[in-house]
Amino acid sequence: MPQNTQQLEDFVTQVRRDILRQVHKVSSGHPGGSLGCVEFFTALYQEIMEYSTDFTMDGINEDLFFLSNGHISPVFYSVLARSGFFPVEELNTFRLLDSRLQGHPTTHEGLPGIRMASGSLGQGLSVAIGAAETKKLNNDTHTVFALLGDGELQEGQNWEAIMYAAGHKVDNLIATVDLNGQQIDGSTDDVLPMGNMKDKFLAFGWEVLEVEKGNNIVEVIKGLQEAKKLSGNGKPVCILLKTVMGNGVDFMMHTHAWHGKAPNDEQLEAGLQQNAETLGDY
Amino acid sequence: MKKYTDTGKKDTRSGFGAGLAELGKTNENVVALCADLTGSLKMDEFKENHPERFFQVGIAEANMIGMAAGMTVGGKIPFTGTFANFSTGRVYDQIRQSVAYSGKNVKICASHAGLTLGEDGATHQILEDIGLMKMLPGMTVINTCDYNQTKAATIAIAEHDGPVYLRFGRPKVANFTPENGKFEIGKAVQLTEGTDVTIVATGHLVWEALIAAEELEANGISAEVINIHTIKPLDAEAIIKSVNKTGCIVTAEEHNFLGGLGESVARVLAENAPAPQEFIATKDTFGESGTPAQLMEKYGLNANAIKIAAEKVIKRK
Repeated sequence: MPQNTQQLEDFVTQVRRDILRQVHKVSSGHPGGSLGCVEFFTALYQEIMEYSTDFTMDGINEDLFFLSNGHISPVFYSVLARSGFFPVEELNTFRLLDSRLQGHPTTHEGLPGIRMASGSLGQGLSVAIGAAETKKLNNDTHTVFALLGDGELQEGQNWEAIMYAAGHKVDNLIATVDLNGQQIDGSTDDVLPMGNMKDKFLAFGWEVLEVEKGNNIVEVIKGLQEAKKLSGNGKPVCILLKTVMGNGVDFMMHTHAWHGKAPNDEQLEAGLQQNAETLGDY
Repeated sequence: MKKYTDTGKKDTRSGFGAGLAELGKTNENVVALCADLTGSLKMDEFKENHPERFFQVGIAEANMIGMAAGMTVGGKIPFTGTFANFSTGRVYDQIRQSVAYSGKNVKICASHAGLTLGEDGATHQILEDIGLMKMLPGMTVINTCDYNQTKAATIAIAEHDGPVYLRFGRPKVANFTPENGKFEIGKAVQLTEGTDVTIVATGHLVWEALIAAEELEANGISAEVINIHTIKPLDAEAIIKSVNKTGCIVTAEEHNFLGGLGESVARVLAENAPAPQEFIATKDTFGESGTPAQLMEKYGLNANAIKIAAEKVIKRK
């Protein structure tokens, strides 16, 4: 695993290239949210989580991660591959017929690293809570992580889960909300204003931690480390991670336009020029 | 014709509760989740004996299904309990994505199915749940007929690796299958031998089919009654074998004829052994308030309706 900041930043840059190249090849997929979460996934899989790449579904004595907003699969696939779960070359098969890299992540095709299907929004937090409860029953002291989109919090099931986790003291759970303020139809404030997210989680009884620079790898790692310290104290922990959709590719940033749109040949070239190859393209 | 005795009326949901309590003692991986209907689902004994393995989620069925899916990660076998309506229609997408597509070993246990829920009326009387569940790839669908069979099925599904929908009901009905009988998922149970008509029934209609068969026998008609407790995977072999002998069939279920057992049987016969079929089922309608007996009479789901359907289908041969 990378040890210093430069190595982590090289990893981040390479993952951005992987995202752009995956979605460009099949002219489909979701680059915007994927690019915004590169630092989070890198921090999680390169620094924070304890796991084995010798994948088992049960993940006993490992930290677990559940992705609820499954449409950002390109970043998930790239980081899983580059963390050793499956060959990096397999990124070439993203969204192709007979691929294990389905448009949205699934256990159905047996891709190592994936423990639940996601894509239909709002379900991941409940699944993560279930896994966290099982860890407690198994006297397994490892942590369960989840990532949710901010727009996704418009799905009501999340609030059932948020209420349960606090009410039943699921304190081996760290749920991160990707606060990029964008969703398909526009900004979250335009589509459905959700008010103060921090106040909402606090009112439900969660520990809340804000990471203002969610695209700074050092800050993200610090935030996750802090969240781990806060866990185990009777409350679930929420990280409000402020990110920029499309981060690292200037023309994709600060807009919802690239939520679910792939770059054309020229746009790919421009995006790759802004993110020079570091660890080697697949 | 073989006769069956009602050993005393009991509700199928209590069979579920007894089976779950038994599993609590014998299988430490079994966990139970309930959405504020512990008493109605008869989950109290499990809850009292294994509080650490019982998860009260409140009135939040979507979260319950998602949690159950997550609890399988690490080897637990979750049994969720609520009414059939809230076990299926309300949480269809959660079951579809988090349970069925994700291949999770979750047992969705559903009480108060069908019209026999009674006075609560159509909001709670789901008649579409078998159809919803059988359409999901990989989902096993079971509808048990009495207390003993429900208890046996509850115990059996813990040994089956994969998602299961177990459907049972509220009212006290005849208890006539063997106590501690073996429950084989996907294996039809032939209750009587006959030559004139096959009656395939599931759930509460199985006992009604046996009464109908006795009445038919009195009229000189020989009916072969088959208990199809597993609607998916369907025991096609048993159905084809029987219909090849009798030449016609009546299907009976406490469910809409769209999407139910009858349609599954019709597909099997159309592909293998086309034969006249009559459907004892609700006919694309919602239910209403009333006593279970009144409702089953009004919607044509009792022994008399089965008898009339049998006589009719024989004439169509």
